[in-house]
Amino acid sequence: MTTAPATTVPTPTATAPAAAAPAATAPQARAGDGASQPAVRVRGVRREFAGREVLAGIDLDIAAGEFVALLGRSGSGKSTLLRILAGLDSDATGQATVPERDAVVFQDPRLLPWARVLDNVQLGLRHRDARARATAALAEVGLGGRERAWPATLSGGEAQRAALARALVRSPGLLLLDEPFGALDALTRIRMHSLLRDLCRRHRPAVLLVTHDVDEAILLADRVAVLTDGRLSLDEPVRLGGARHRADPTFTALRARLLTELGVVDDEASEGDGHQAEYC
Amino acid sequence: MTSLALGSRGGADDVGAAPGSTAPTATAAASTATAPTASASASAAAAAPATGGPGSVTLALADPDRPPRRPVPKSLRRLLGPALLVAIWQVGSSTGWIREDVLAGPWTVLHTGYSLAADGTLGDNLVISLRRVALGLALGVTVALVLALVSGLFQLGEDLVDAPVQILRAVPILGLVPLAIVWFGIGEEVKVFLVALGTAFPVYINTFAAIRGVDGRFVELAHTVRLGRLGLIRRVVLPGALPGFLVGLRFALTISWLILVVSEQINASSGIGYLMDQARTFGQTDIIVVGLAVYGILGLLSDALVRLLERRTLVWRRGLEAR
Repeated sequence: MTTAPATTVPTPTATAPAAAAPAATAPQARAGDGASQPAVRVRGVRREFAGREVLAGIDLDIAAGEFVALLGRSGSGKSTLLRILAGLDSDATGQATVPERDAVVFQDPRLLPWARVLDNVQLGLRHRDARARATAALAEVGLGGRERAWPATLSGGEAQRAALARALVRSPGLLLLDEPFGALDALTRIRMHSLLRDLCRRHRPAVLLVTHDVDEAILLADRVAVLTDGRLSLDEPVRLGGARHRADPTFTALRARLLTELGVVDDEASEGDGHQAEYC
Repeated sequence: MTSLALGSRGGADDVGAAPGSTAPTATAAASTATAPTASASASAAAAAPATGGPGSVTLALADPDRPPRRPVPKSLRRLLGPALLVAIWQVGSSTGWIREDVLAGPWTVLHTGYSLAADGTLGDNLVISLRRVALGLALGVTVALVLALVSGLFQLGEDLVDAPVQILRAVPILGLVPLAIVWFGIGEEVKVFLVALGTAFPVYINTFAAIRGVDGRFVELAHTVRLGRLGLIRRVVLPGALPGFLVGLRFALTISWLILVVSEQINASSGIGYLMDQARTFGQTDIIVVGLAVYGILGLLSDALVRLLERRTLVWRRGLEAR
């Protein structure tokens, strides 16, 4: 392990930054809606697996209510970073501060097969009105009436919506999405995109979406970051406003830049300057 | 011009051996296909017009006008073998080919069974046997469950419990009979003890494996929703291990009858096994067969019981919307 002056954060819990220094905010951190300090604050996070450094010092701020998409090639460590923020990786070093309430949606719905959908949604909730909240969350994702269904009877899209409901019912300050639509078919994915957009507009959590789908990132996020060789090689806002179209020149330009950053030559976009191009 | 032969199985004419001629490709298929359209091309160069070009094969599909066959129900067909066996047995006994002191005939067995049931002998001994199995099972399953939980959930528990259990498991339970008699005499305790010991192992092994086999992704999920250790056990580990436990329980029931039979025939003054052993001394093969039949029925019933339990507790597996 590199001996950087870093403190290990086994489970980054709600401890607000000890020294709240607003002057020292990283350049990419944008002030959220009235929030003075970012919801997520990552400094110098490192992680290695068997001597291979997957994360080589990550600095990342996510403002409250901000939607950040993290792109990277497979094996680039983007999921590793998400797992660290979810408190699922106790071997990482560095500093990470996250909101007390967070929620994770994995690529697989991860519904307990032996619990009915409603019980899956309210899993771990301790509120007195957990049941009512879970029912409301299910209705919000369009699964009203399926409360007593067994997960095995749901389609892939329905199961992932149930997983989304399970995350939202916690009113998370941070929503961590680990390629949540990667296993869905293209049509279901489009519908899930608009559902997620609506939900995020309504609940305003800080969001970290890990994905390898460039279009998905541009369509959904306020900001996109690219993870290359263990560092954030690109981190910039998406200036596209509310309604986003793939035909928008800003969209295509950003798409081309992100693909280049990811080392992919895109024949379709004919942006032929693929230096360091390399198919993965 | 070459053509590919589809579906030319067997060592028929080599494809495309005759240069310029494409017809032979169809002959290989025609020899196996039974459809009338395919048989036309055996020698003639002009294949039937309904088929595709050279190198194509007409598949023999079902005739839509064929009346559907009504199959005999499977349960009925499965009864055929046993019924035949009983019939042969009965004929053999009636003709004297199977002697009464070797094996009583089915009719005699039925008759004996009825009279044993009528005078209460069968009922009394059945209750005694059932009680032994029930007590032994309750004891064995409880102990096994506790041990499996301890070693499945805690590393220290595994270190302390698992190795000794795995070693003891290698000892054939029935080899313990002499020692058990020394410890408990020949009363009820020894039978209950042996059944308990015999049933504990399959339950322990299957439950332990099931606990350890609970999907790690669910454990991760439990962490992200802040379930806590108790919640993890209650909501994830135990329900996840239930199918494995039920498999163990099913093994345990089978074994419990096996052990009961042996221990009742070695040292007992009551029970189905005792009834059979006593009949042996008088050469009453009919009573012995009655006892065997009762054991068989009990085995079937207990298996059905566990399957019922599985159906009730593992509804989620079948993906049914209960209610």
